[in-house]
Amino acid sequence: MSAKESSNAALRYLNTGNTLQHAFGDVLSYFILLLIGILAFSIRIFSVIKYESVIHEFDPYFNYRVTQFLTKKGIYEFWNWFDDRTWYPLGRVIGGTVYPGLTLTAGSIWWLLNSLNIPLSVETACVFTAPIFSALASWATYLLTKEVKGAGAGLTAAFLLAMVPSYISRSVAGSYDNEAVAIFALIFTFGLYIKTLNTGSLFYATLNSLAYFYMVCSWGGYTFIINLIPMHVLLCVITGRYSSRLYIAYAPLVVLGTLLAASVPVVGFNAVMTSEHFASFLVFIIIQVVAFVYYIKGILSPKMFKVAVTLVVSVGLAVCCAVVAVLIALVASSPTKGWSGRSLSLLDPTYASKYIPIIASVSEHQPPTWPSYFMDINVLAFLVPAGIIACFLPLSDASSFVVLYIATSAYFSGVMVRLMLVLAPAACSTSGIALSEAFDVFTRSIKFQLPGVSKAEIDVGETSSAIAEEQNVAGKTEKPEETSKDRPSRKKKKEREHEEKPTKAKAEKKRLLALPLVATVVSLLLLVFLGAFYVVCKCYFIKFGFSTRPLALLVCKYRILGMDAEDVYKLHCVWAAAEAYSAPSVVLSYRAHGRLHVFDDFREAYAWLRHNTDVNDKVASWWDYGYQTTAMANRTVIVDNNTWNNTHIATVGTAMSSPERAAWDIFHSLDVKYVFVIFGGLIGYPSDDINKFLWMVRIGGGVFPHIKEADYLKDGSYRIDSQATPTMLNCLMYKLSYYRFVETDGKAYDKVRRTEIGKKYFKLTHFEEVFTTHHWMVRIYKLKPPKNMIRGKTKKSKPKTSSRSSSRSGTKKKNPWH
Amino acid sequence: MGKFWVIFVTSILILLPFLCNSFSLETPTARRVLVLLDDFAVKSSHSSYFNSLRSRGFDLDFKLSDDPKLALQRYGQYLYDALILFCPSVERFGGSIDVAAIINFVDSGHDLMIAADVTASDLIREVATECGVDFDEDPSAMVIDHTGYAVSETEGDHTLIASDDFIKSDVILGNKKINAPVLFQGIGHSLNPVNSLVFKVLSASPSAYSANPKSKLLAPPSLMGSAISLVSVIQARNNARILICGSLSMFSNRFFKSGVQKVGSTTKHEKSGNEQFLTEISKWVFHERGHLKAVNVKHHKIGETDEPALYRINDELVYSVEIYEWSGKRWEPYVADDVQVQFYMMSPYVLKTLSNDKKGLYSASFKVPDVYGVFQFKVEYQKLGYTSLSLAKQIPVRPYRHNEYERFIPTANPYYGAAFSTMAGFFIFSFVHLYNK
Repeated sequence: MSAKESSNAALRYLNTGNTLQHAFGDVLSYFILLLIGILAFSIRIFSVIKYESVIHEFDPYFNYRVTQFLTKKGIYEFWNWFDDRTWYPLGRVIGGTVYPGLTLTAGSIWWLLNSLNIPLSVETACVFTAPIFSALASWATYLLTKEVKGAGAGLTAAFLLAMVPSYISRSVAGSYDNEAVAIFALIFTFGLYIKTLNTGSLFYATLNSLAYFYMVCSWGGYTFIINLIPMHVLLCVITGRYSSRLYIAYAPLVVLGTLLAASVPVVGFNAVMTSEHFASFLVFIIIQVVAFVYYIKGILSPKMFKVAVTLVVSVGLAVCCAVVAVLIALVASSPTKGWSGRSLSLLDPTYASKYIPIIASVSEHQPPTWPSYFMDINVLAFLVPAGIIACFLPLSDASSFVVLYIATSAYFSGVMVRLMLVLAPAACSTSGIALSEAFDVFTRSIKFQLPGVSKAEIDVGETSSAIAEEQNVAGKTEKPEETSKDRPSRKKKKEREHEEKPTKAKAEKKRLLALPLVATVVSLLLLVFLGAFYVVCKCYFIKFGFSTRPLALLVCKYRILGMDAEDVYKLHCVWAAAEAYSAPSVVLSYRAHGRLHVFDDFREAYAWLRHNTDVNDKVASWWDYGYQTTAMANRTVIVDNNTWNNTHIATVGTAMSSPERAAWDIFHSLDVKYVFVIFGGLIGYPSDDINKFLWMVRIGGGVFPHIKEADYLKDGSYRIDSQATPTMLNCLMYKLSYYRFVETDGKAYDKVRRTEIGKKYFKLTHFEEVFTTHHWMVRIYKLKPPKNMIRGKTKKSKPKTSSRSSSRSGTKKKNPWH
Repeated sequence: MGKFWVIFVTSILILLPFLCNSFSLETPTARRVLVLLDDFAVKSSHSSYFNSLRSRGFDLDFKLSDDPKLALQRYGQYLYDALILFCPSVERFGGSIDVAAIINFVDSGHDLMIAADVTASDLIREVATECGVDFDEDPSAMVIDHTGYAVSETEGDHTLIASDDFIKSDVILGNKKINAPVLFQGIGHSLNPVNSLVFKVLSASPSAYSANPKSKLLAPPSLMGSAISLVSVIQARNNARILICGSLSMFSNRFFKSGVQKVGSTTKHEKSGNEQFLTEISKWVFHERGHLKAVNVKHHKIGETDEPALYRINDELVYSVEIYEWSGKRWEPYVADDVQVQFYMMSPYVLKTLSNDKKGLYSASFKVPDVYGVFQFKVEYQKLGYTSLSLAKQIPVRPYRHNEYERFIPTANPYYGAAFSTMAGFFIFSFVHLYNK
């Protein structure tokens, strides 16, 4: 709360125009920014405090491994790294297929600290990269929002971003993923773009290109920037807002940015050849034409200009048509219309599920559910509309950009839950604007009511800065709407205000300012009351371990009841950071019967593999665990989380879906020695391989048509109990998961599927169990070698078959002829 | 079956010294053989065969098959290098030996020799079945051949067969041609044609059949013609060798010494081929012949000598391996022109015949294909009678480094020109624009 109040104070000081006060305000706001940075950093280290300093999840393990390689071998080796320990036997060219931004960043941090004689391990540097960059990201948000609506909005937005759960989920300490630095780069690029747009400075334009370059280095999401900025430019041009500032903001970005992007190995020629980038070039051409037209308009008389326009338009149209036709033909000639699968699934949300099961199978590529909005951006979801309205009053180049940003990112977040992360900064920015405007009105109205404050002084304050006035208007108009939404009892009063609003500004200002005082007092009281209530409820929930969903709903109820839920937001964020997003997912824990249970099965299994298998052995598993196996167990894997080769993954999927013998053949042809599966049936860990199995079938069936999804479904439902299909009960995944499972409780009751399994007693003929972890979460099997001798047949009556797979029945029959 | 033979270098390295140890390189005489007999009378009636083994340096340990102190291993160590089962009628082995123990003995790389008889018990048949050989299931059946029997005193006994249908392999039967037919009297067996590990060494003539010679033949016999194998050998995947034969009397002094005259043939041989045949084949079974070893697998770029950790695409390389054959006394260079090396990644990208220098060194040079990935140098050498060689050595192949491409491509000169002229033009334009007021 203090930060926000001080931000308002800062705003007030800024508005006075007094130099000393101005300077004081600057210092104060920088101090606040510093505090926000510290807050952003410290809220993210819950995971280290609660668990340990460990890399989380799957992808971060790969990034960590790459960083280790970088720090050990140097940048040129990293660039040319051919990794022969993944994707056996194809290998993977890491240097050319990885976004190097994150790795280089963490590597430089480590190098810098080491050269200052601060001996940190690479892992520590990696673990803390994300929190550091979230502090930077909140400062970048300050830059962006300040450029749009002034320092107060900037500080509020920075404060919100420091704690937005969506961003926390991807940037807690240990979450060493591309997004950790990419979100900073994204916001910073946008901020510099707006800064350039406002100042028209080439210096900032160049900085903007460099920020864009950093973004391209860091994350594939850079295409969002290179599409959003052209969209905004086009919007400005169409709405007649073209200016030389716009040209300076855009043209250098396209030219320099594309050149720089093309020099990132993983992007390369994609920067000019794929459809994701075409929009920017098209807009680049348009802005050249527009600039030229404005130039001509400037030097010609209006009459001459009209003549020139008709001339040029008729000729230009023909040329344009030809160019567009050629472009369309070129694009249409490629099967995917030049778009990558992931981009296409953004434009057409059903695309992935129809054509690319491998993209659809990733949970973070699924559309989000409604509660996840409340979970991830919390009250911001309700502040965003207010912020959008504030942006429209008045609409500037900068504020129109924020509106466009929030609109597009809201759409994308609706397609893929992962892109909630892109929405978060936009939501913070708009919410910051909304809150700042609201507080502006509150404080101003209180100030008006204070005795001894002359109206004249206020007027000076008001008129001293044009922006401040705009803010006032925006705040005044936006705030009543907010309150009217929330409390129907006051609606009438507010509506009356609205009717009065369009009257003369000066006369209206005083009355408008006077009225919200009641609202202010009531809302402040309400806020305190709700905050207290919320704390009580939250403690209650945490204590009794309720799931997050009712909580999110409750939060949303508060929002409907109350008007300012900043407190609620803050608490929610702290809770989310501490409870929901800090779990490293390699170590699981839960509380039951007052005790903390820790499941460290993954690391147990990886340690077993590391210590008990040969260094060159190949280990097969579903691709989710590929990165962890290479990083933690240091064994060669067949497929991993970089899903670049669908056929290879389909081969593993087919093996998992095949009967034992066929699976053995597939694995043996890939030189696999060990196979492991993740099994949650004993302890109720839901994201195990049996639950992922249908995706294996789908992906496998997509390449090898003899695997049919229908064979694994009984009347369209996926089941593993006695009603399951024989194909399902005989496939490798079922057998490896449930082998000897009946020995645990005598009934073979699967706690995840909540049923007894279909086939309880069976033997493995081509695989042997070598290790099962403490909670049976990871089960490692070894491929049996082929038998030393081929057994003869015992019965003459049987057709001659290879007896390797025949049962070892020793019964002999008498010769039927005697 | 070839794909089951994929064994990595590591396992080869484990396997080879193992075989060599059991083979005892320095003093082959130290080889310990356990001979199980039904009756010690066999020891004298088959003495010339045993003597020939002894004279080659084998240490024979005769035991009765029901000796209660029988054991193949003690404290996890095998006491013997080979096992000879001359006990066709044994119903139950004494001591700790059973079918599983014998199979484990073979699976750990030891050799086995089984001679059955018309009295062959279920136990012996079971051991044979485990090895991939099926004796005729009729317990009283013998191999009868009315056109290929040996002329003997008792006219009308067509169960004494004189066969000369040998396997055509110098490795198994030695360089010297066996002129005299081999006398055989006993039961026949059949092999599964799918089974690639087992070979007929001595097969019956097309006119032979397997039936009870004393009873009238009421139905067609189950085993007929050249499908009947009289003597078979098996080379297991771990190169353990097994001989299975349906006649114990084949090994007897009587058969060794008796002359033989095949019916319908005018030549009468003074001495049957049994001694030569069985001695030669025992040399093969006990690894005195046809045993290969591959050592010193090396590869390097042409012009270099050190072995690199990985290759680049389109590198020129040399692969070499030394292959030796055991001659019974020492390792001698193995000379053949059909050893091939594969450069393999899921399928062979390069398949090249290795050339040898007659001193055991095989080498080939080739160009790494224009594909990167984790390749293997593979030598899969399986030749009849020889132990199989499965060498696999993993080697990654990387793409070009960033600075290994050509820096300037001549065909791109127009583009370079365009770029630089535009830069120059822009510079001049700026200069003129700024200062031309």
